[in-house]
Amino acid sequence: MIPLSWYLLVAAALFCIGLFGVLARKNVIGILMGIELMLNAVNINLLAFWSYLYSEQVNGLVFAAIVFAAAAAETAVGLGLVLSAYRRRGTVIADELDTMKG
Amino acid sequence: MLTLLWLVPIPPLISFTLISLFTRRSRRLSHWVALAAAGLSWLGSMLLFAWAIGQQNLANDPLTTAINFLPTGDTWLQIGVLLDPLSALTLFFVAWTILMIFIYSIGYHNFGQPAGAHDLPGLPPHGVEVAGAHSREPSVEPLYSRFFAFISLFAFAMFALVVTDNLLVLYAAWEIMGLCSYLLIGFWYARPSARDAAVKAFLTTRVGDMFMLLGMVILYTITGTLNYREILANPGVLGSLATNISPVLGLSWAALIGLLIFAGTVGKSAQFPLHTWLPDAMEGPTPVSAMIHAATMVSAGVFLSARFFPLITAGWEQGHLLTTPMLVMAIIGAFTALFAALIALGQRDIKRVLAYSTISQLGYMVAALGIGAYTAAVFHLFTHAFFKALLFLGSGSVIHGMEHGKLATGDTADQQDMFSMGGLRGKMPLTFYTFLAGALSLAGFPLLTAGFWSKDEILSSAFNGNYLIIFITLALSAFITAFYSARQLTLTFLGQPRTPSAKHAHESRHVMTLPLAVLAFFAIVAGWFGVPEDFPVLGGVLPNFIGEFLGGAHAAETGHFNPIPLLVSIVASLGGLYLGWLVHRHQSAAAVDPLKRGLGVFFTAFEHKFWVDEFYRLALIRPATWLAEVAVPWIDLNILDGSLHAIGRFGSWLGSTFRRVLDIPVANGVPDGAASLTKWSGGKLRLTQTGRVQQYLVSSLMLVVLAGLIVMLVLNG
Amino acid sequence: MSAAQVIFILVAAVTLFSAVMVVSVRRMMHAALWLIVTLLGVAVLFVLLQVGFFAVVQVLIYIGAIAILIIFAIMLTRQVMSENVPQLNRGWVAGLAAAGGLMVILALAFRDFPNVMDTRMGDPAAADAARLGLALSDPNGFAIPFEVASILLVAALIGTIYIALERKGGGQ
Repeated sequence: MIPLSWYLLVAAALFCIGLFGVLARKNVIGILMGIELMLNAVNINLLAFWSYLYSEQVNGLVFAAIVFAAAAAETAVGLGLVLSAYRRRGTVIADELDTMKG
Repeated sequence: MLTLLWLVPIPPLISFTLISLFTRRSRRLSHWVALAAAGLSWLGSMLLFAWAIGQQNLANDPLTTAINFLPTGDTWLQIGVLLDPLSALTLFFVAWTILMIFIYSIGYHNFGQPAGAHDLPGLPPHGVEVAGAHSREPSVEPLYSRFFAFISLFAFAMFALVVTDNLLVLYAAWEIMGLCSYLLIGFWYARPSARDAAVKAFLTTRVGDMFMLLGMVILYTITGTLNYREILANPGVLGSLATNISPVLGLSWAALIGLLIFAGTVGKSAQFPLHTWLPDAMEGPTPVSAMIHAATMVSAGVFLSARFFPLITAGWEQGHLLTTPMLVMAIIGAFTALFAALIALGQRDIKRVLAYSTISQLGYMVAALGIGAYTAAVFHLFTHAFFKALLFLGSGSVIHGMEHGKLATGDTADQQDMFSMGGLRGKMPLTFYTFLAGALSLAGFPLLTAGFWSKDEILSSAFNGNYLIIFITLALSAFITAFYSARQLTLTFLGQPRTPSAKHAHESRHVMTLPLAVLAFFAIVAGWFGVPEDFPVLGGVLPNFIGEFLGGAHAAETGHFNPIPLLVSIVASLGGLYLGWLVHRHQSAAAVDPLKRGLGVFFTAFEHKFWVDEFYRLALIRPATWLAEVAVPWIDLNILDGSLHAIGRFGSWLGSTFRRVLDIPVANGVPDGAASLTKWSGGKLRLTQTGRVQQYLVSSLMLVVLAGLIVMLVLNG
Repeated sequence: MSAAQVIFILVAAVTLFSAVMVVSVRRMMHAALWLIVTLLGVAVLFVLLQVGFFAVVQVLIYIGAIAILIIFAIMLTRQVMSENVPQLNRGWVAGLAAAGGLMVILALAFRDFPNVMDTRMGDPAAADAARLGLALSDPNGFAIPFEVASILLVAALIGTIYIALERKGGGQ
């Protein structure tokens, strides 16, 4: 009843919103939340395709499971970095973390 | 004999070296060394001469040998010695005159006198104060040893020139004599007139020498040798030279070479137009005038032409038309004889008269060669050397006597001017008698004197060969010669002293009068050995030694005896002598020259030497000095230096332009530009490195979107 | 329009709305809470996709662990930023344009996919957890990626502890 394309569009939209968050948020934690949204969109995409087209195989499921694990690990590391940076620099604003400035 | 021939020129060379290097300080030692050398060469020459006259047919079979000298490719240039009748006769008179002059020079330069307090080297000595009296005495020449060194060098050159067998050594000796002439004319170098005369002599003879060298080069180029025997005794060579035509004026090669070699004679023997140096050469001391400019060096010119007589007469036979060089020689010789004799008429200086007389007599010899009278020319050369050397040495004695009188009285008269002399016969008898012998010989006093015999032979040859213009010219010159000889004699020795110097003159020392006596002997006797056989009465009394000796290689040129030239000769000589005595007999001190009154404007021409010197100065010397002082320095400064400066400026302009246009903009500019471009772009691109991650993400995402759009829309339609 | 479609549209709208809220609200705490709502919405979508297992995993891990972690981080870094300033940086327009561009591309890209308009889903029993578990532990299956993922987690764990460790004597 629900066409695959709807799911795909939702995933695409969620992805782009997350992307916007990554590109435009000042706070580093806001950026990380954007990354979470993107990863979720990816999951939706994967599972949608699996469910409609490849449900006899198990690859999609495994891929989505690994994505979950990776997302969790990445968020943990990212927040650890944020805390470390906060301690060293005293800021969580992305624009102020510009020691790589050329 | 051969060894002796090689050795004859050597003693004077050694003398020159010794005097220059070692004995300069000692006057006595110097003159003894020189005398010994002259004596040794004299001895050698006498021995050779004695041997030579005992030989049969020496002309065709001379004593000769040669050694290898210069390697010239496959062959050698050989030099050697040659003794044939011409060189034997020349050796005889050269050796005698040189020895006599060496002895004379000792007295002439006042050896034994104290040195003058104010005498400077380079100026003639002018007397030394006599202790106690208010007069002065002659002082010794300051540069005494140097004189003997120079005349020794000269003697070496002259002997070498006579004995050599090839043109190369002759030319070398010729040039050494030219050098000695320069050194000796300019012996008193502090006098500007002497310096100028020396340069003039050298340069004028150089003109002749240049042509002579040209002739030598042509000769060597054609025949490949410079040896006399190979060229002159070789009929094949002579024939081919005479018949092949050169590119110059259609002359044969023999004629061209003969003319060029004769040009050397014109220079060295002071023929017209290169005669101007000889009178000025009287600036030198009198022994120099005697030796170089009377007896030996100027004789060398005639000697050369006599040597090359076969070449000059190549293709000529007795009685036929003269070849070109012969014609030229006859014309120049005869003209010079008359020309110089006329000028001698107008001279006051005792040495100048003799100088022009020399030029005139040399003209006789050249003319004689020109008409083919070889024996007559060489005979006259032989006798002339003796009496001309005698006359010069005698005039030196006269001048010395006058100087002594001048120093004693403090007179200011010119001791060389004949018009200040007079009556010296009583004061200087020996000088007078010897001078008389010489003057009579010069004038050709009949029968007795040597000059008569030789001059008569020339006149006979001219007459017999039907060269009447030559004959008349030479006869006229003989008359004038006799006239000025008498003029000289009368003004100098006869009559009354015209100045205090003349009144107080006294006889010269024995060392000076002895050579005069010896030379006077030869001036008289030397002619007696050349009497032609068919001369009336006297012919055959003494053998015609000279004729036979010399004439062996040439056909008898004089032909039969003819009374007409003899009569002309006697008339010219006696008439001239008498007239000369007559005109000048009563010359008083203040009176003007009688010839001036008599000849008027002609006399002025004679006196001014026909203005030849002035003409040369205007036509040749002034343009040359203009060229050297004005034109060439202008060229040098403006054109040569200018072009160099221009090149330099161009070079530096080029350099700076390259620097400005290429180096700085391009070679410097391009790398600098690249560097600053890199720096600028780096500076601009650096701005993208903000350090802000989000901006990096945005920019990379933009590119992805762009790429995706391209893929979607363009590639997939 | 069937009931499933209506539900889908509702859930999708909620999810997307709360996602927009996540990226645009000023106060970080609110953003975190909106994130939780979004994650819930995604979980519901998973249910609609008949992968109920993953819905549960989503709730457990994302909301239960990750979102809590984010809230902790926000609380720990609270004093720095004042609460009422705009949360978007200077280049947000460029970001919007980029995201929008990407959206357009993706939308256009879908058209070329095969079976994109399929409405029939697969066998619902296919999303069996046991099946997933067997696949993950089968050496001929996906055991190695499973192990690698666990190593990744360990590494992340150790690394994070190390990074976030407060040094003795105060960290700067």
